[in-house]
Amino acid sequence: MAIALRNASGREPVMLWHRQDTLPELDLVVLPGGFSHGDYLRSGAMAAHAPIMGPVRDFAARGGYVLGVCNGFQILTEAQLLPGALLRNAGMRFLSQDCRLRVERNDTVFTRNWQAGDVFRAPMAHGDGNYAADADTLDRIEGEGQVAFRYEGENHNGSARAIAGVFSANLRVCGLMPHPEDLVDPLMGGTDGKPLFDGLVESFVQGAAQ
Amino acid sequence: MKVRVTVMLKDGVLDPPGKAIGHALHTLGFANVGEVRAGRVIELELDETDAARARAQADEMGRQLLANLVIESFETEVLA
Repeated sequence: MAIALRNASGREPVMLWHRQDTLPELDLVVLPGGFSHGDYLRSGAMAAHAPIMGPVRDFAARGGYVLGVCNGFQILTEAQLLPGALLRNAGMRFLSQDCRLRVERNDTVFTRNWQAGDVFRAPMAHGDGNYAADADTLDRIEGEGQVAFRYEGENHNGSARAIAGVFSANLRVCGLMPHPEDLVDPLMGGTDGKPLFDGLVESFVQGAAQ
Repeated sequence: MKVRVTVMLKDGVLDPPGKAIGHALHTLGFANVGEVRAGRVIELELDETDAARARAQADEMGRQLLANLVIESFETEVLA
């Protein structure tokens, strides 16, 4: 993730420790993938209450941009910064393979360098990626354009309505299970995930220029 | 006081571990097993002597951390 951010922005991302209780001035907070606190109880459940999440919550409430990938997505749902929850994969297996994602809309800072309907390849590596919410919530987020990405073709983990990633109501918080940051350089095997990071950086540069 | 918190997936939420356990039970010959739901039990020692207060605290813990109310429900029970 740090490599993807550095390559896109030309700057070194600031690393923050979960016990910190303040944030420096930032354009974007990124919660990367991995595992946190053993993922006991539920994936991301403990991390959602880490000291750093207080300021992250405030940052989001002020309209700050937040991206969460994989465990980061799970943490954002547990922190209720994004709707829904991530359950055990429907097939019970940890999935480590590529998937294809469809971009639902491109009028957000996260998706502006794609076209709506574009399909791109993204690696995934998760055991709890089965997106779940009650039917009313699913109808609401679909109706309000809060679905960011869907699995195209095979819905590997059984996610409700093939949802792979969602936005907050203000479209400034985005979470997804697959890892676009793992395909941002030909040396990684492709650049399918690069539009996410390039789009973010271009938004912030334009924002700063205004 | 000791309080037990039982967390279960809500009805209608797919439970892959429960399903896998059900399959294994069928394999063992327990043919009459229907749906299996797998949950989680958490026992808490609380520095508290009033049962009602202990239970209220456990309820709050359930809401804030022990259960994710988007997908789970929970029950609390004072054991001793």
